[in-house]
Amino acid sequence: MSYIAKPKVHTPALTKNALGMTRRDYEGALTTLCAGCGHDSITAAIVQAFWELEIEPYKVAKMSGIGCSSKTTAYFLREAHGFNSVHGRMPSVATGAAAANGELIMIGVSGDGDSLSIGLGQFCHAIRRNLNLMYVLENNGVYGLTKGQFSASADPGSKSKRGVENTMAPIDGALMALTLGATFVARSFSGDKAQLVPILKAGIMHRGFAFVDVISPCVTFNDHEGSTKSYAYTRKNQLPVVAADYIAEREEITAEYEPGSVHHVRLHDGGMVALRKIDPSYDHTDRDRAYAYIREHQNRGEVVTGLLYVNEDQEDMHAKLGTIPQSLTRVPFRDLCPGSQELDRLQERFR
Amino acid sequence: MNRVNDFAFKIATANGTGSASANSLIMQAIFRMGIPVTGKNLFPSNIQGLPTWYEIRVNRSGYTARTPDFDLIVALNPATFAADVAEVRSGGWLLYDSTWPIADHLRRDDIELLGIPLAQMCNEAFGGVKERILMKNIAYAGALAALLGIDTEVLVALTKEKYGRKPALLDSNQKAVDLGYNYAKEHLTCPLPIRLEAMDSTRDSILIDGNTAAALGCLYAGATVGAWYPITPATSLMEAFTGFCEKYRKDPETGKNRFAILQAEDELAAVGMVIGASWAGARAFTPTSGPGISLMGEFLGLAYYAEVPCVVFDVQRTGPSTGMPTRTQQGDLLLCAYASHGDTKHICLYPSDPREAFEMAARAFDLAERFQTPVLVLSDLDIGMNDWMVPKLTWDDLCEPDRGKVLDEKALEQAKAFHRYLDVDGDGIPYRTLPGVHPRGAYFTRGSGHNKFGAYTENSAEYQEVMERLARKLDSAAEAVPTPFVRQGRDASVGIVSIGGCHAACMEALDRLAEQGIQADYLRVRGFPFGAEVRAFLEAHETIHVVEQNRDAQLRSLLILETGVNPAKLKSILQYAGYPLSARDVVAGVGSATGVLV
Repeated sequence: MSYIAKPKVHTPALTKNALGMTRRDYEGALTTLCAGCGHDSITAAIVQAFWELEIEPYKVAKMSGIGCSSKTTAYFLREAHGFNSVHGRMPSVATGAAAANGELIMIGVSGDGDSLSIGLGQFCHAIRRNLNLMYVLENNGVYGLTKGQFSASADPGSKSKRGVENTMAPIDGALMALTLGATFVARSFSGDKAQLVPILKAGIMHRGFAFVDVISPCVTFNDHEGSTKSYAYTRKNQLPVVAADYIAEREEITAEYEPGSVHHVRLHDGGMVALRKIDPSYDHTDRDRAYAYIREHQNRGEVVTGLLYVNEDQEDMHAKLGTIPQSLTRVPFRDLCPGSQELDRLQERFR
Repeated sequence: MNRVNDFAFKIATANGTGSASANSLIMQAIFRMGIPVTGKNLFPSNIQGLPTWYEIRVNRSGYTARTPDFDLIVALNPATFAADVAEVRSGGWLLYDSTWPIADHLRRDDIELLGIPLAQMCNEAFGGVKERILMKNIAYAGALAALLGIDTEVLVALTKEKYGRKPALLDSNQKAVDLGYNYAKEHLTCPLPIRLEAMDSTRDSILIDGNTAAALGCLYAGATVGAWYPITPATSLMEAFTGFCEKYRKDPETGKNRFAILQAEDELAAVGMVIGASWAGARAFTPTSGPGISLMGEFLGLAYYAEVPCVVFDVQRTGPSTGMPTRTQQGDLLLCAYASHGDTKHICLYPSDPREAFEMAARAFDLAERFQTPVLVLSDLDIGMNDWMVPKLTWDDLCEPDRGKVLDEKALEQAKAFHRYLDVDGDGIPYRTLPGVHPRGAYFTRGSGHNKFGAYTENSAEYQEVMERLARKLDSAAEAVPTPFVRQGRDASVGIVSIGGCHAACMEALDRLAEQGIQADYLRVRGFPFGAEVRAFLEAHETIHVVEQNRDAQLRSLLILETGVNPAKLKSILQYAGYPLSARDVVAGVGSATGVLV
């Protein structure tokens, strides 16, 4: 049961970040997912990312919908408010919370059923608005809590545990995000923490909608032979094309790269993302070419991973709406209510 | 019979021909003459071509309900001409465009025909098809001014206010008004026995529609986030709010917005945004109509169970399904009271006119935050979109918003522990915290089973403990919602109960019934759950007529369900045709039920 609080064990040897906090301080309740679930690895990566970014947990809002993936927001950042909302509707709740308080650091966790079936509309519209939210899609191709039905991200030809083959065309969250104008699109694998953590860090710091699709095998219903979302299949067919590093403003750039091999993207917070090409022909700045590249390799059965597209120049929802930078919740009432005299005056219009 | 300042007329035109400007011009002119006036726009779900009617009632006693008795009909729409001629009351008048002759079979001996060659005059005076059609509609306003005795100075002043910035338009309008006015003066007997004489009865009133008034209520309550999906008849509420925000909510230094208005992808998203914004600490609302409430059901259950404040306006229209989207009804009473699956119940407010729409809009935010639950404000198309004459809106500057039990940073710093759903004060209302304020305030908001500490549970006792408290909390709201409006008759044995937009018709009906010797007590419910006063009224009367605008007697059902009143005592008076209720409906309903011919 997820209400069992994780015991806090006093381990002075644990490394502390600049806030004096250990990774344990970024954890949440005990997971109730199956042993070996890819989602738990993603939770661990999220803990790592927030710890490394030295973000105070209470400044974060954790948003989710319904499903195995959506439960995971309880398993990290116990000092942050969490909102486990309605199936497929997390984006709207997150949009409202962000509109009210633009100072919140927001992370949304969803699944392929939550995002690509029941919640496809809201997912698309959050991208259109360029909501300032890191949206993690924990993608396993099946419905776990209802025991193994194909989801919309299941590949044609992929087999269910009972051996039934999926015949429907898939909806690919990353391609969808690229098409709809997402300003940050990444794909990773729950079994590749070295790749995932820096992507999450960059995604958190990106101003705008950061979409991170993470292949996250379901050990119980979709990790068998014939599945295209299994650990074995993903390990074998993963094709990392760009590696990303997030470098905070305060950090010095120490790594040495071959000239021309690294592209730096300056983020709004002053930090930087260093993008290192693994395939020199890949272009993470060109939406259309990125799309074509991913499709081409998908047709060969390969799963292209990395920070696939990033554009820091687009306005986020707040900029588009023209709202004040500080939280609307802190505007004093006297600045919101025009008062009785003005009410008298404005009613002349209705005479 | 003296018909000065006591008559009704109706203008029949085709949608999209500019008649709306002419009609509001006439109505406003009468209002400025100090005479109580009401306008009801019966319009189609269409942009151009389908028939539309505008009904104006002038009443020196101040009755504002719709009346179905028309002394004069201005019949300018060939598509409805026959029906319009037939609807003039016997002894009344028909104003028509005499450019074309009237078919013999449509003539009536018992009414007087007033022919004005509007098309011919406008074709001669104006160029271009569009202008000719528009000016034809202004010309009938001029003719009516002559026939009814509308003060021409008022009319000229209004035209100047409306078109003053566009001299060409002003000239055309003035010319068209003169054409109609002069023709009527020269060729017809002016004024008619139904006519206007200046009074001084509108000095402290305004002409306003309920959606604009509700938007003002949201502005004054300090709402900062509005989310919506366009739907008739609720659209103009958010449009009005946007306009007010643009004027009053700009940061004076940066010019940035102290508000966020989100046009959502659908009503599900709209209410989701409101819930998210309220959860984060803003006052947020969404305006919609019945179809939107249907879609919002799941989210309203979440807000009820997870105890997130939110304000939803349901400007009701005719259902079921798409129904008649531009006609009025009170068909969502049951839907709103219990929206969503499982055991849910919601605070509902029922304004009866734009003034109450303003007051209740503002109050809705206080109640939502006090009780940490959805509050639904149910007006209807008639209240929301028609201009009503109501007393001027007032605001008490000492009024501070009731933000409910929110632990701020300081309180959390001093608190030993915080548990989201713990009934600390014994009133059924727990404390809440906002995200981003303090580490100790963190909790996990969920629609899944939770115990009083806010933790997930599948334990029956823990689950029921929270559900019992929620029931107590909602029960206690019964005494916090607006108290009912009550008018006691003399030695009354019958009671009349109504809701929302039925009010004006009921008040007029009470007077008419009294003239017939039937004294009735009257109660109008203004909030749900029903409080003690409603129960007492039901107990005190042997026969109660429940007046409402839907087919299935939803208010009656609610009263029976919630108060346990003996159903046999409650007789229904139902009018759900899609147009606003009139006193005649109520009087006839009481009459037929009591066996008294009235």
